Amino acid sequence: MTSTEKNRDNLESIKKEKERWINEIVKKSLEKVPERKRLFKNLSNIKLNSLYTPEDIKNFNYLKDLGFPGEFPYTRAAQPTSYRAKYWTMRQFAGLGNAKETNERFKYLIANGQTGLSVAFHLPTIYGYESSSPMSAGEVGKEGVAIDSLADMEQLFDGIDLSKISTSMTINAPASILLCMYLAVGEKQGVSMEKLTGTIQNDILKEYQAQKSYIFPPEPSMRLIVDTIEFCTKNVPKWNTISISGYHIREAGSTAVQELAFTLANGLAYVEAGIDRGLNVDDFAPRLSHFFNAHNNFFEEIAKYRAARRIWAKHLREDYKAIDPRSWRLRFHTQTAGVSLTAREPYNNIIRVTLQALAAVLGGTQSLHSNSFDEALALPSEEAVRIALRTQQIIAEESGVADVIDPLGGSYYVEALTNKMEEECENYFAKIKEMGNGSILKGSFVGIKNNFYQREIADASYQFQRELEAKEQIQVGVNKYKFEGKTIEPPELIKISEEVSKEQIENLNNVKAQRDETAAQNSLAKIKEIAQGTENLIPYILDAVKAYCSAGEIIDVFRNVFGVYREESIF
Amino acid sequence: MEKNIRCIVAKPGLDGHDRGAKVISRGLRDAGLEVIYTGLHQTPADIVESVVQEDPDVLLLSILSGAHPILFPEIMKKLKEEGADDVLVLGGGIIPDEDVAKMKEAGISEIFGPGTKIQEIVDYIKTHLKR
Repeated sequence: MTSTEKNRDNLESIKKEKERWINEIVKKSLEKVPERKRLFKNLSNIKLNSLYTPEDIKNFNYLKDLGFPGEFPYTRAAQPTSYRAKYWTMRQFAGLGNAKETNERFKYLIANGQTGLSVAFHLPTIYGYESSSPMSAGEVGKEGVAIDSLADMEQLFDGIDLSKISTSMTINAPASILLCMYLAVGEKQGVSMEKLTGTIQNDILKEYQAQKSYIFPPEPSMRLIVDTIEFCTKNVPKWNTISISGYHIREAGSTAVQELAFTLANGLAYVEAGIDRGLNVDDFAPRLSHFFNAHNNFFEEIAKYRAARRIWAKHLREDYKAIDPRSWRLRFHTQTAGVSLTAREPYNNIIRVTLQALAAVLGGTQSLHSNSFDEALALPSEEAVRIALRTQQIIAEESGVADVIDPLGGSYYVEALTNKMEEECENYFAKIKEMGNGSILKGSFVGIKNNFYQREIADASYQFQRELEAKEQIQVGVNKYKFEGKTIEPPELIKISEEVSKEQIENLNNVKAQRDETAAQNSLAKIKEIAQGTENLIPYILDAVKAYCSAGEIIDVFRNVFGVYREESIF
Repeated sequence: MEKNIRCIVAKPGLDGHDRGAKVISRGLRDAGLEVIYTGLHQTPADIVESVVQEDPDVLLLSILSGAHPILFPEIMKKLKEEGADDVLVLGGGIIPDEDVAKMKEAGISEIFGPGTKIQEIVDYIKTHLKR
C-alpha cells in the first residue's frame, strides 16, 4: 500500500468510527441533555462542528499548507525563530493633551518595559486642521496628542533616542507630512534617515471603507502613498511605508472574514499601485506591514492570522511575481478589540484583553497593543495602561506560550478554520477583482464608490447588534449576569482640559511668529507647484516641515489642488 | 394611526466612529421611525441647519471623541437662537458619567451610553416627544 492509500484507508476508518460515535454515543447523550444552542457559529457566521477530526482537513499537505516558520507559505510564523529569539514588540498606542504630556507618557511606558512607541494624534492633526481652526473646536488633545508643527514633534520625542526605538504613527491622509516631521526630528538628533525605524499607517483605502479619516479623493491620496513608498524605498529603507489595517474595518463592525479579506485586498491594491508607478515589487513589498484586530472569538482570531500569512505569501509570489522571500512574508501588529470593551464593570475588560492578547500571540503577531480597561470610559489612565502592558509581559514571561512556535498548528480545528477563512477570503477577492475588471486596485476604488465595503460592514454590525439584543451574542455584565450593585470605580479617569487648546493655539502662533516667513511661504508655493505635476512630493514636504509650516497649512495646499472627498452616507 | 416620528441622527465633531450612529439609524428605521442620517464631520451650524430644514421630532447626536462638552451646548444654543429647540435632543457615545448632568443642563434630554438597546431608545422617544 502506498502512503496515500494508507491515508485514505485511515480516513475511511475514522469516518466510519465517527458515524458510529455520533449514532450510538452522542445521540444518547443528547437525548438526556441537549446542546446549549441550536447553531454554533463564530463571529464570521462560520458554522462550527462539535468536533474536528482528520476528516475535516482531508487534503492536508504539511509541506504545502504549513511548511516551516520563516519560510513559504509562512502559515506557522513570519520569523524562523519566532518568540524564542525575541518577544513581540510591546507597543502601546498613546497620545493625550499636548506633546509634553504625551512625551511624559512615552517615558513612563518605556520605564515600565515597553519596547516600541506608538503615537495617537488628535483628530485635528488626522484631518489636517490647525488647532486654531474652527473645525478643531473641542477636539484639541482629546483623542490623541496635538501636533501642529515640527516644534511639537521635537517636544514629543524630547529625550528619546530615535536610533534606539521604533515608532509607529497612526496617521493616514497627512502621513507623508508626519513622516517628514519625524525625519526632521531624527536629523536634529543626528540620526540619519537610513537608520530610522518605524511605521506610518498611511492606509487610505480603509479610511473610505471604515475609519473615515479621509481628506482627499482616492486617486490623489494614492499618489501621496506611492510617493511615500518611492521616497522611503530609496532613502528610509527600514521604514514600514504602510500599515495595511484591518483593525478599523473590524471596529466599524465587520466580521473576522471581512476584516481579513478587505485588509489583504487593500494590501494587494497598494502592491498594484506601486507596480503601476514602475517600482519593482521586491523593492517595496518587504516594507509593507499589516495591522489586525484581536477580537473575542479565540480560535477564529488565531486562524485569521495564520490564514493572512498564507494568503499574502501566495498572492505576492504567484500574482505579483515577487521573488524576494521578504516580499512574501506578512508581518503584522495587533490591537485588542476596543469595541469589545464594556463601560459596565470595567475591570472585566482586563480579562477580555488578556484573552484577545493571547490569541494575537498564539497567532504570531510581531507587535501588540493591549487595550486599557478604562477605554470604554475615557483615554487610558497611567494605572490602566500599566496593567495593559503587564498583561503582555505576563503572557510573555509567565505563561510559557511563547516558548514553542505556532503551538496550535496541526490542531484539526485550527487548520480546518484556517482553510475556511482562506477560502472565504478568496471569494471576496474574486468579487473585488470582478468590480475592477481583473484589477484589485481598480476594484477597491469601484467598491468604495459603490458603497460595497460600507454596506458589507454596516450589515454585519447591524446583525451583531440584533444578535446582542436577542442575547444570541453575550456580553457578560451587560446583557447577561447584570450586576446592579456598585462596582469599584476606576482610580482616575483622564480628562483633557480646554486649557490644552488655548496653550496649543498660543504655541502655534509663536512658532509662526518666529519662523522665516518668506522661506515658509516659498516652500508652500513649491508644494503647490509640484502637486499640480507628477514629481515626487516628499522632498518638498520635508523642506516645508523644516521651515516650520504646520501640517494644516500643507494640507490646505493639497485641499486646494486635489479637492476634498465627501462620502455618501449609508446605514 | 400613530404619528410618523421623524428623526435626524447627526455626528458632530471630527471623529469617524460612525458604527453606533449607523446601527441606531437602522434600528430606528426598522422600528418604524423616519430617519435622516447627516453623515460625518458636522459642525453645530450644519446640524442646526438640518434641523431647521427637516423639522424633525427628534435629534440624536453621536460623538466618541470627547468634544461633547463644547459641541453639545453649542448645538443647543444655536437651536434656541433659531427657535428650533422644541425638538427632543438625545446624545450617545463615550460621555463620562460626570458630564451627563452638564449635558442635561445644556438641554440634552437623555444620554445613552455603550450597551444601550435600540428598543430602549425607541421607547424613550415615544414617551418623551415634545410635540
